[in-house]
Amino acid sequence: MGLRKFVDKIKPTFSEGGKLSFLHSTFEGFETFLFVPNTTTAKGAHIRDCNDIKRVMIVVVLALIPTMLFGMYNVGYQAQLSGCPELADAGVMALFWYGFLKVLPTIIVSYVVGLGIEFTFAQKRKHEINEGFLVTGLLIPLVMPVSTPLWIVALSTAFAVIIGKEVFGGTGMNVFNPALLARAFAFFAYTPQMSGEKVWYTVDGQTGATALEQLSTYEAGAELPYSLSDAFFGFMPGSVGETSTCAILIGAAILLFTGVASWRIMLSVFVGGLAFGYLFDVAGMTEFPAYYHLLVGGFAFGAVFMATDPVTSAQTNTGKWIYGFMVGALAILIRVVNPAYPEGMMLSILFMNALAPLIDYFVVERNIARRKKLIKNVK
Amino acid sequence: MKLSKNFTNPLAANNPVIVQILGICSALAVTVKLEPALVMGLSVTFVCAFSNLIMSLLRKGLPSRIRIIVQLVVIATLVIVVDQFLRAYMYEVSKQLSVYVGLIITNCIVMGRVEAFALGNKPWDSFVDGVANGLGYAFILVLVAFFRELLGSGTLFGIDILNRFGYVGNSLMLFPPMALIIIGCIIWVHRSLNKDLQEK
Repeated sequence: MGLRKFVDKIKPTFSEGGKLSFLHSTFEGFETFLFVPNTTTAKGAHIRDCNDIKRVMIVVVLALIPTMLFGMYNVGYQAQLSGCPELADAGVMALFWYGFLKVLPTIIVSYVVGLGIEFTFAQKRKHEINEGFLVTGLLIPLVMPVSTPLWIVALSTAFAVIIGKEVFGGTGMNVFNPALLARAFAFFAYTPQMSGEKVWYTVDGQTGATALEQLSTYEAGAELPYSLSDAFFGFMPGSVGETSTCAILIGAAILLFTGVASWRIMLSVFVGGLAFGYLFDVAGMTEFPAYYHLLVGGFAFGAVFMATDPVTSAQTNTGKWIYGFMVGALAILIRVVNPAYPEGMMLSILFMNALAPLIDYFVVERNIARRKKLIKNVK
Repeated sequence: MKLSKNFTNPLAANNPVIVQILGICSALAVTVKLEPALVMGLSVTFVCAFSNLIMSLLRKGLPSRIRIIVQLVVIATLVIVVDQFLRAYMYEVSKQLSVYVGLIITNCIVMGRVEAFALGNKPWDSFVDGVANGLGYAFILVLVAFFRELLGSGTLFGIDILNRFGYVGNSLMLFPPMALIIIGCIIWVHRSLNKDLQEK
């Protein structure tokens, strides 16, 4: 308990009247990060639960670990496939280590920039530091291609945290998912670096298209560029975290078991995607089967980790079904119909984020109307 | 109201774009490059100043029920003068601005100043008010265009500033949404500097 004593010892310095009282928020943030706070909420409605925001966020981070680890291994594996001479006969661990070193800088940059901004704002506004960024900071490197230059990562993280979150009032008040906003910023601001033929390079000087990009130029009758098992386990190029549907499903199981994410949204996104996939398949607009859509690109990752964000998704149960279905359906619609954007998941989730409050409004209104009618009938 | 205050007020404390949130539409459309933004700002200043002057001269003998029609005729005439002038002497810029010169007619700032100020004040005061509001609008346009051109294409007035240092252009800056975000940031800074503008 040496740490507890130490924290207690330095506490007065940061409390009101202490020498470093202007750093109170920072101190408070670290203290509650280390220990469960022993204070109780004084007023207002509150729920009695051992899980505060910090613990909920940690569960999401845990759920992200499998995809992150697999993503790192896959970076090494793809580098080996593309003929990197030093990896010619490397083992699993060597490949993982290679990918680890490639991905780690992105994670560090995203955390340092994002947390730096969050801490500054919290200090300025004399708020407590919120934990939302623990998840966002890990999501950002996972939705970026591994080759993204670090300054683009830093810039888009800063944009997402300031414009996407702080101007709306910080964690819990944001309209759009910050991690996706970071990706959207990078995608629209630096399109040549983020999409197209050149995006995937793990070895300096080598470029290639992501799996989705290859699919968008796929012609009927040819063999699918990646077999079903490769697509499911994730042995294909793509953003770090998005390739392995298998690892994402492990994360989904953790989220659902702990009740952190909504199963309604997750399920309805897949249903919506599958339904529209079949629709386009029947209409003859796509050449490959509908379920293949769910395996390649960021569809599964978006469905499990992005669409279920409790802040930006719909809040009512009926609203969640509509929201999720639309996310899946729009993602496939953009993929199939719009040749300019091979990946539709990011745009469809951001779009539905904007519509989520409207959906909730109509669901609530409808419920009120229904119950009014009920009262009338009883009379 | 004192003349000097009459002039400085619309430039900062009561700026038509960032305080009254008028004229946003053209501010999004013409601010990709500095040159068209500057020309657009000066055109609006011209139209705003002279429509204020003319309407102020006419205000005594003008029946209230036809005043909107008269205002439209005056403003439209001035806009056509500006449009023809730009086509004659600055054809390239006029092509970039395209319909937005003609749309000065619908710019809320012009009609707003005529309605709110010129119809109740003396000609010279109205003229100064028109110039000041036009310049307040032009200032914001130029500010937004400065950031968009510098960060989007790395140039200012078409002259290379950042590209020689290996700067990579931010193409999001060239899209209209970014103009809206920049205006939002200007409003943010402006409000945190002027405490009396903040809502309680």
